[in-house]
Parts: sequence; C-alpha cells; structure tokens
Amino acid sequence: MSNLTYTRSDFQSDQEVRWCPGCGDYTILASVQGFMTQMGIPRENIVVVSGIGCAARFPYYMNTYGFHTIHGRAPTIATGLATSRPDLSIWVVSGDGDALSIGGNHLIHALRRNVNIKILLFNNQIYGLTKGQYSPTSEVGKRTKSTPFGSIDFPFNPVSLAIGSEASFVARTLDMDRNHTQYVLGEAVSHRGSAFIEIYQNCNVFNDKAFIALTGRTERTSNRINLQEGKPIIFGGSGESCVVMENGEARIKPTSSVSPDQILVHDPYRENPSVAFSISRLSHTPHGPTPLGVFRNISRPTYGSEMQQQIVDAQNRGPGDLDALFSSAGTWEVT
Amino acid sequence: MTSPAAHAEAGVSERSPNGNITPLRQVTVRFAGDSGDGMQLAGNRFADTSAAFGNDLFTLPSFPAEIRAPAGTLPGVSSFQIQIADWDISTSGDRPDCMVAMNPAALRTNISDLRQGGTLIVNSEAFDERGLAKAGYEDSPLMDGSLNQYDLIEIPMNTITKEAVADKVSGRSVLRSRNFVALGFLAWLFQRPLEPIVTWTENKFAKLPMVVAANLAALRAGYNFGITTETSRSIFQVKPASLPPGVYTSITGNTALAWGLIAASYCAKLPLYYGSYPITPASDILHELARHKRLGVRTFQAEDEIAAVGAVIGAAFGGSLAVTGSSGPGISLKSEAISLALTAELPLVVVNVQRAGPSTGMPTKPEQTDLLFSLFGRHGESPLPVLACATPSDVVETTIEAARIALKYMTPVILLSDNHIANGSEPWRIPDAADLPDISVRFASAPNGAGGRFLPYLRDFNTFSRPWAIPGTKGLEHRIGGLEKENISGDISYNPDNHQLMTDSRAWKVANIANDIPPVEVHGELDANLLVLGWGSSKGTMGAACRNLNREGYKIAYAHLRYLNPLPANLGDVVHSYEKVLIPELNTGQLRYVIRANFLKDAFGLNKVTGTPFYIGEIRDRVLEVLES
Repeated sequence: MSNLTYTRSDFQSDQEVRWCPGCGDYTILASVQGFMTQMGIPRENIVVVSGIGCAARFPYYMNTYGFHTIHGRAPTIATGLATSRPDLSIWVVSGDGDALSIGGNHLIHALRRNVNIKILLFNNQIYGLTKGQYSPTSEVGKRTKSTPFGSIDFPFNPVSLAIGSEASFVARTLDMDRNHTQYVLGEAVSHRGSAFIEIYQNCNVFNDKAFIALTGRTERTSNRINLQEGKPIIFGGSGESCVVMENGEARIKPTSSVSPDQILVHDPYRENPSVAFSISRLSHTPHGPTPLGVFRNISRPTYGSEMQQQIVDAQNRGPGDLDALFSSAGTWEVT
Repeated sequence: MTSPAAHAEAGVSERSPNGNITPLRQVTVRFAGDSGDGMQLAGNRFADTSAAFGNDLFTLPSFPAEIRAPAGTLPGVSSFQIQIADWDISTSGDRPDCMVAMNPAALRTNISDLRQGGTLIVNSEAFDERGLAKAGYEDSPLMDGSLNQYDLIEIPMNTITKEAVADKVSGRSVLRSRNFVALGFLAWLFQRPLEPIVTWTENKFAKLPMVVAANLAALRAGYNFGITTETSRSIFQVKPASLPPGVYTSITGNTALAWGLIAASYCAKLPLYYGSYPITPASDILHELARHKRLGVRTFQAEDEIAAVGAVIGAAFGGSLAVTGSSGPGISLKSEAISLALTAELPLVVVNVQRAGPSTGMPTKPEQTDLLFSLFGRHGESPLPVLACATPSDVVETTIEAARIALKYMTPVILLSDNHIANGSEPWRIPDAADLPDISVRFASAPNGAGGRFLPYLRDFNTFSRPWAIPGTKGLEHRIGGLEKENISGDISYNPDNHQLMTDSRAWKVANIANDIPPVEVHGELDANLLVLGWGSSKGTMGAACRNLNREGYKIAYAHLRYLNPLPANLGDVVHSYEKVLIPELNTGQLRYVIRANFLKDAFGLNKVTGTPFYIGEIRDRVLEVLES
C-alpha cells in the first residue's frame, strides 16, 4: 500500500462539477479527495454509491468506481456490493432527505447490520434538488414552499437516530472544517463496519447560514463542543463550559460550578450507547452548543465478514458439488 | 411426448372384472384433513413411494391461508392431490378417483370434487357430534345416504392408531400418527412399497426414536387393516411408467428454481447472490438457497422488497450472478429499482412466483395475472426479457436460460413461476452437471477507448450489450447511474438525440434476443384450423387436453410459450397460419392482448381466476366450442 502516491487530481474525474457556486458540497468533495490520497487504498478498489439529491452527484466527480442510484436506496446497493465484495472500500454519499426520509428504513438496517460501508450524510436541513422544501431535519416552524405557514414536522437528530439504530460508529463534522472532516474520515476508515458521519453542509441557496452558530466567527467558539477521546468535555474560548452527567442526562454547566472530577470524560469505545446518546441530546438542532467529533466507535463483527465466514466454514467441511445437490433428495433410476 | 395413444389423459380407466386387482393407467388421489393432520406429509410420502415404484406422477398441495386455523373447522382444511400413472403425465389430475377425508370439515370442503363412483376413505371416529358441528353438518353424512354414489370405506383410525402406538407414546401424542394409518391403508390399496416410507421416517425423526416407532407401527396397522378387513375389495394396480431412461428425483417448482439458480451460477462461473424478503409463495426459494453455502451461495434476507432488489443490483455491479425473488406485490415495490438496473444495464434475474391478486389477494392460490405487469410494469420506456416456467421439471432449464440472457445481454430478466408450479412436484430427470450449458461471460479487463479511457456504453456489435467492468479492475474506474447516459462514454447527457438513440438501443437490444431463442414449436395436427396457445403453468393441462382431442380425431394444433418477451421470431407467422387461435390462461386475457397487439391476430380466450388450475375438461369443452363457432 505504501507505494500508492496519489495527488488530489487522481481522484478528480473529468466531469465538470455542477453544484451551485458557494455550496458546501465543494468543500466536502475536496476534503474527501484529499483524504483519499492518504488513505492507502488503491483507487480501483474504492466505490462511491449515492441515491438522489444534490449530494448524490458526488460519485460523478470522483475518479473511482461510482454508482448513482435511486432515491433513498444507496445503502441497499452498497450492502449488496459490500457483502458480495468484502475486498472493496465502499462509500455512501447521501443527504437528509435521501437518508432520513425516503431511505430511512435502509439507513437504520445498514447500521444495525454493521455492513462495512462508510455513510456520509450531507445534512443541509432542506431539499435542494427539488428547490427548497423542508426536510426531516428542518426545524419546527420552518417556512418553505411546501410549508408556507411553517413546518409542523418534528425533526430527527441524525446522530441520535444512528445511535438508536445500533450503529457501531457515529460521528459529526462540518463542511467548512476540512481538518476536522479529514480527522473524522480517518477514524471512520480505521473502523471495521458501518460508519455514520453526519456532515453539516451549508446550502447557500435555500437554507443559507443554517449552521452559522457553528461556523460564524463570533459564535463558533462558544458553540462547538469538540469531543475528544479520553478528554474531559470542556468547550468555549476559555473552557468556560463543560458537560456533566446528571440524573442520567448529559448537561451543560459552567466549568466553574463543578469540580473537575464531575466533568464527563469522553469515551467513544463505551459498549453501552446510553452516554453517547445523552451527548447527542445536548443539541437537537445546531443553533446553540453542539457536539462534533466521534460519538461512538465500538467493535462488532461486520455483516459481510460473518456472511463470508459461514461460507468458508461450510466449504471447510468439503466443497459443494452440483451433482450431489441434484441427488440430495433421493433418486430412482429408470432403465 | 411419449404418451401411448390408447387412453384418455383424464378420468380413470374402466375397472376390469378380474376380481381382486383393478389395473389402471392412471389414478388421482387426494388427501384431505385438518392442517394439523399431516396430510402434506402423507401425500408426499405416497408420492415418494409411487416414484420409487416407477410411476410418473404430478402433485399439488393446497394449504389453508391461516397458519393454524382452529382445528376441525372448514378454513383449517389442508389437502394434497397426486396423480400417478404408468405413462408420462403432465398434470395433478382433474377430479380425484380416490379421496381420504380425515374429518367432516375435510369431507365437506372436498367431496364435490370426487368423481362419481370414486373411492372415499374416512376416519369414521372423527364424525362425532363435535366434529360434525364444527363442519356445519346436522346429520352425519356417513349415515344419511348422501355418500351413496361413492365407494365408502370407513376406518376407525383413532382406535387403530391408539392400539398400534400404545406401548410407544402416550398422552396427546397418541393420535398424531393417524396420518400414517391412512397412508398405510392407501399403500395397501394401491400396492405401494413401504420401504421408501420407512426409510424417510427413520431419517426424518432420527433423533426421536419413539416417534419413528409410533409412526411405523401406525403405517403397518393401516396396511394390515386393508389386508385383514377389506379382503374382498379390489385393489388398484398402476404399473411403472416408461419414462426416458435416467436418474430421477421428485422436485417442486420452488426447489427447482433454487437449484436452477445454483446451476446457473455454476454454468456462468460466477458466485450466486440472492436477495429476498419473505413472501408467500416465493419464500421457499430463499430457504432452499440459504442451505447451500458449500456451493458458495450468498443469501440476504433484506429489510424489505426494495432493499432486496437494491442489494442484488449492488452485487451485480460487483460481478455476482444476482437474483431477487418475490411475488406480485413485492415485485411492485421493486419496480423502480428494476428500471435502474435496466438503464444501468446490469444483469439481474427477477423471479416472480405469481399468486392471486391484486394486493394481498389469495396468497396461497395460483394465477397467471402478472404477465402484462412483467411486460409493462415500469416507468419510462423499459422493455425487458420475460420468461415463464411451465412445470416443476422444466424450471431448472428455464432458470439457467433466464440467467444466460441476463448475463449475455446485460439486462434484468423477469422469470415467472406461479403457485401451481412452485408447490407442485413431479419427477425430474437429473442432468449431469458437466452437460449443462456454458453461459460464462468475460468481465472487461482493459480500456476500450482511445487514450486508455474506459467507455462503459460502447456496445458489442452483435449483442448490443455493454461491457461489464467490475470494481477492483485497475484502469476501468467509471461511473454509472440512473441519469441518461451519453452513448459510448456513459457520461450524463440531456442531449435530445442521444436520449432517442439510447432508448432505441435498449429496446433493440432486447428485441434482438428473438434471434437467440428457439422458434415456437407447434404440436398436434399442424394443418388444423385451430391453434391452442398457452404459456406458463397451463402447459400440462393444455397439452393433455389437446393430445386427447387429437386422438379422438379432432384437428387441432397446440403450442406453448416459454419466452414472453421477446416473443419467438416465428410466432407471428404461426398465429396467422391458423384460422382460429384459442388462448387458455389463468387471467382475464393477458396473452390474448399481447398477441392481438403484436400481430393483429384476434384470438379466443379461456380465462378464469378462481385460484385453481385449469381442468383438462375445461380446456376440452372450450376447444370444442371454439371449433364449432
């Protein structure tokens, strides 16, 4: 693997990138392409699978194998590919409508099975390709073309949903922060099994500044809760806020109001998902302090390797034989 | 067709007056009882021993829709019909010549089918007040003379069972062996060997020696009841059939479909990937395939029908022989994904085991009502090859053929079966694996364009098929998807002329398969005025009816279609060379619609949707009607 010397252009296809100017997808594309030069996996062994939506154009811009499929179903296609070809590195690129609305069922099942796929959910909290309807992550009251009086839908918290779906790896990052994105991608690739990564992605046309609380120069310092393995969860410019567990819930407190040993130390390897889930509840929409980083990273056998193992075990007892199969239910001879 | 000319293919031959043995060319037997009475087991064992004896046979089970309807009630009745013959038969028989009714409910729901003068065997002890009430009888039909037209044999099966198993099992298990008493009696009545039943029972219940002992004691008690109490009765003799030489096994359509897929994977030298969501009557294909991991079979029970087809599209992209299976309602859910596979031009076999619809319909009953859905049930211009299985023994070959077309032409193929084929069984002459056709294909391994570029939509000159380049192949990295693709390069294209060209190319690719399939074969009297044309599971009944009519001197021809799209290249000429065409099908006229639309040839129909297969008599009557019209 060490002889792979890629530059970003090796991962750029010859297709013109056609997202709206200023779209957060450009930054994510650059982060992923940059990351893959260092990933140590041959380009021909990488497959990007997508559904429908703005984000779903992603495979066309990647000079890897790619499959732009149908709305919501990318995890199913990726599941078939991953379980029949465990040798491949398979990436699903999806959006909040694709993954959480029409494809919600497939997302939760891919996660619980721990299929070896990396799912990037570009969450812009809006439908972009269909020009501006509210999505399953839009905040209550959102006025859009389809909700002129305000949305009455209660939104999903994608990280909570993933943890509740028995996901073995759950993370959140931001389009604008390439270093953080690439750090999270690295953790996801080292993880065997399904990795769910929510990427807050700004749609500057239909939902501009949805994440301003986390990207704005003045607000971001006080609102980004950076989860770091083994470290107490402290945030704010001078560490003035912290997270503690109180009555079974994660809560934000002034650091000065608690003793240091009360501050929650982040442990993504904790088998029980309750604490990770609690942390995910610190924000329901990213309009205030919001955790970013790896929430959960546990080890569990992958679906594909288990499927492969059953075949290997069966074949170790002797290879299959078609003639024997045909005769297996009893035969008689006519002469 | 090897059937001798000197007999009819339905009904029973005249009984000979030679005393104790009545020789028959063929006989139809139905086992009917409560779903807890083990009628499927008894019927299948009767089939096994008949096969071992050398008869040709065809079986058809009928299950209640409820998993466990209340015992003794009409909805709880389960039955199993088998026709055995000394020649090559093709149906499970019209009306039974012999019927077993284990309780009043079974009698009530089945008796109207029994041939006049037929043999009726009942468990007389089940006709008590409670049993009669559950079946809605006020008086016992055993007493009121209503069964006088039948040859009634009353057997006290409860007492016989209790006495036979007394020292082996106790309590509630005692009566469980009643079906073996009935089976033993039928084995005597039809002079079947007991060894195959004994061997099966010993293997099946190997871990439960008391159950083996009880069942075999009951079997012998039933057999001996015949010997000792019915000595004056004439027993039936159906001699072995003269089937083509070879090694045979008894196979159901669903098992054959699973084996056909495994065989196709062997012939294609590709791993098999089967994605499915449980649905009646297709689930048994998944169950059978899941057992065969030694043969490298991957099965995936998905979260829903869409995920099942999605997963196999992914597996096809990765280079597997990819197959999904379902029944009508599930295929509806897969429709969008099938169109993706069609435009992505990936090979896929989509199995539809048809059942009575629409919606949940009658899930355990057969229909041929998804033909038009298979041909047209997709958005956009989306032609696909469609093949239909005809009988359990034809399924393996048809399945391999479906896979061959999918792989060679890089297209989804719809393979139709139905509930009648799926659960029916008949002897299948086992081929040598080495004699199966080679349907292997080559993956693309090198760039096919200038400057080392790979062009995923540069078509093969002969087949119009695109190259199959699987991930992991260096230098062939490419993107495909549901957006319209530019011819040759596969890049996204909204060019008007390109969309016309790609639509035409996809259609032409499928239409051209007509040159790669056999012409339709016409049987019977070729210079007749009437052609009877069928498809799918009506083949056996249709052929039997037509052969009978030919023997009686009626000038009719008949043909059966395996390929529904494209249709055989000669079919237009064939239908136009007959003054009249009659199409029997278990729907309201779907193939008739296709024939009219394609060839401007009007046709007569014989159509029913009663949840039952055709009877030979129904086809015969309609043929005579059309001949006279």
